[in-house]
Amino acid sequence: MQPFRIVTGLVAPLDRANVDTDAIIPKQFLKSVNRSGFGANLFDSWRYLDKGEPGNDHSKRPVNPDFALNQPRYRGAQILLARRNFGCGSSREHAPWALADYGFRALIAPSYADIFFNNCYKNGLLPIVLSESEVARLFDDVAAFPGFRLTIDLERQTVGTTDGSATFKFEVEPFRKHCLLNGLDEIGLTLTHAGEIAAFEAKRKIEQPWLF
Amino acid sequence: MTARTLYDKLWDSHVVRREADGTALLYIDRHLVHEVTSPQAFEGLKLAGRKPWRVGSIVATADHNTPTQHWDRGIEDPTSRVQVDALDANMRQYGAKAYFPFRDRRQGIVHVIGPENGATLPGMTVVCGDSHTSTHGAFGCLAFGIGTTEVEHVLATQCLLTRQSKSMLVRVDGALPFGCTAKDIALAVIGKIGTAGGSGYAIEFGGPAIEALSMEGRMTVCNMSIEAGARAGMIAVDDKTIAYLRGLPFAPSAEMWDRAVAYWRTLSSDPGAKFDRVVAVDAATIAPQVTWGTSPEMVTTIEGRVPDPDKERDPTRRDGIERALLYMGLAPNTPMTDIRIDKVFIGSCTNSRIEDLRAAAAVVSGRHKADNVKLAMVVPGSGLVKAQAEREGLDRVFTAAGFEWREPGCSMCLAMNEDRLEPGERCASTSNRNFEGRQGTGGRTHLVSPAMAAAAAIAGHFVDVRRHS
Repeated sequence: MQPFRIVTGLVAPLDRANVDTDAIIPKQFLKSVNRSGFGANLFDSWRYLDKGEPGNDHSKRPVNPDFALNQPRYRGAQILLARRNFGCGSSREHAPWALADYGFRALIAPSYADIFFNNCYKNGLLPIVLSESEVARLFDDVAAFPGFRLTIDLERQTVGTTDGSATFKFEVEPFRKHCLLNGLDEIGLTLTHAGEIAAFEAKRKIEQPWLF
Repeated sequence: MTARTLYDKLWDSHVVRREADGTALLYIDRHLVHEVTSPQAFEGLKLAGRKPWRVGSIVATADHNTPTQHWDRGIEDPTSRVQVDALDANMRQYGAKAYFPFRDRRQGIVHVIGPENGATLPGMTVVCGDSHTSTHGAFGCLAFGIGTTEVEHVLATQCLLTRQSKSMLVRVDGALPFGCTAKDIALAVIGKIGTAGGSGYAIEFGGPAIEALSMEGRMTVCNMSIEAGARAGMIAVDDKTIAYLRGLPFAPSAEMWDRAVAYWRTLSSDPGAKFDRVVAVDAATIAPQVTWGTSPEMVTTIEGRVPDPDKERDPTRRDGIERALLYMGLAPNTPMTDIRIDKVFIGSCTNSRIEDLRAAAAVVSGRHKADNVKLAMVVPGSGLVKAQAEREGLDRVFTAAGFEWREPGCSMCLAMNEDRLEPGERCASTSNRNFEGRQGTGGRTHLVSPAMAAAAAIAGHFVDVRRHS
């Protein structure tokens, strides 16, 4: 996994609440058996005017000019600004895969759905929670200043404007922070405790043998 | 000793080790696997040169991509076939406690086959790369959906790195009125607390109206915990739980059964156990529910009307209502009973069990679907449910009424196979999500109970099933 330390990037707004993972990556694209290549179909039914199917040449598809990500000023955005309960619904990890594959490194919203939030960390994508009022202010800033960028410093747990005029603190669980800062393989980490797992399992086999 | 919630008990009994920041290594008893969220996990395992820790924990099936008719032709969609073939190959290579492949007699929706085979047992931790894993909590177990990276983590280590959620009790008092079902409880609760109301919580459902539900009804309620934002929903073990499990293929038997039951009897919240949040609902006030928008919280009763965005003060919410009405093709203040439908879908991990099919058949019996309903389809949750329904003659009730009787699978709940809505089509659906495009690009979904879906099929528009029957 790619480590996350400091990211300075262009911010794109997605001004709607309860964005579900079906919207982030529609089901017809879940048939792939790979982890990559989902970025072209991120927000497919909002981004394009036709009906997307796997294998389409997306460069030839008609795009929806009203959708934020299609506007030239947001091209190359690395930070997505969203409203509350982002990523609700299906547990599909294809949603963070699509966001990361598109080029996003971090998300900023007042809240996320639990499974999606968790899946982001597994893919080097940092889901930052700021208050409703902080997020509202950032939406105003993004609209007002073309080229609006933010710097995210995971070590210091801050989101700041590039001119230093505003800085917001955010919370992150220490273990998740540690894994993300170092791009750690969690399975490898867990397997260092294989002895404890085996001992737990052996005890369980004696106490509740019907589970095995 | 402090009084503990059911969730505390399930959590505590599975913690292998705890880190200083509260992250725990949680042992997983049952790993349910399907074809959509597992191929990348098995691939990752292979690339890292690792092996599954305990294949005896795995119960697998192909459900999301499988067709619901013409099984003799196999899976015609080549991309769907690749995923199902990948699962077949992984099961051949690694093995499992049980694998119910495409066309197997016991194949079906993963959340239907686990319980009906006794592969879901009280006191277990149950995970699956699928958000509706919460369904299994109906059996007094801790069950929740995970992503594909976590699927790989469980395969490799039999554990998950996770943190204990907060606890919420949703207490449903009183008795459900005639014509109302578990689905109406689930939608009414979501309407009350919202789709993010349960975020960060594990929900325990309790109270007389929950105790009165059958195991099928309890699964419906726990299934939709995720639509309230909670990863896990659960219900205490009682006589009904135990009676349901007795004699099932993977349930313990003889002396082991008695030992298991003695333990299962302890799986309820202690008197006086503290919850972080308690939500009380009076079942007697619940009426048949119908969603009108593009989120399960956008719900009203059959007596209600489509909301008027001009009456909403919160700008984000108003914007959401306007966007939903535009997508749904609905005018503000329209009575729900005036909404005409094009298709009816009875199925999904929420409502495809035998009790659901009986409820729908009871409404349909001796009647015929309306002419404006282009397709009314019934998709049983599993091969076993289908066989049971056929023994009871339910298939003939449906086909006589002009419904299609299909093979089991996830089908039009998420439309990964051929079953889908065309743009603009409106559907009365017993599934769980009414998101934009969920049942097909441009499709319009209204979530209802099986009886309400059946009544809508007969009338051609939504009707109050309490008067229809």
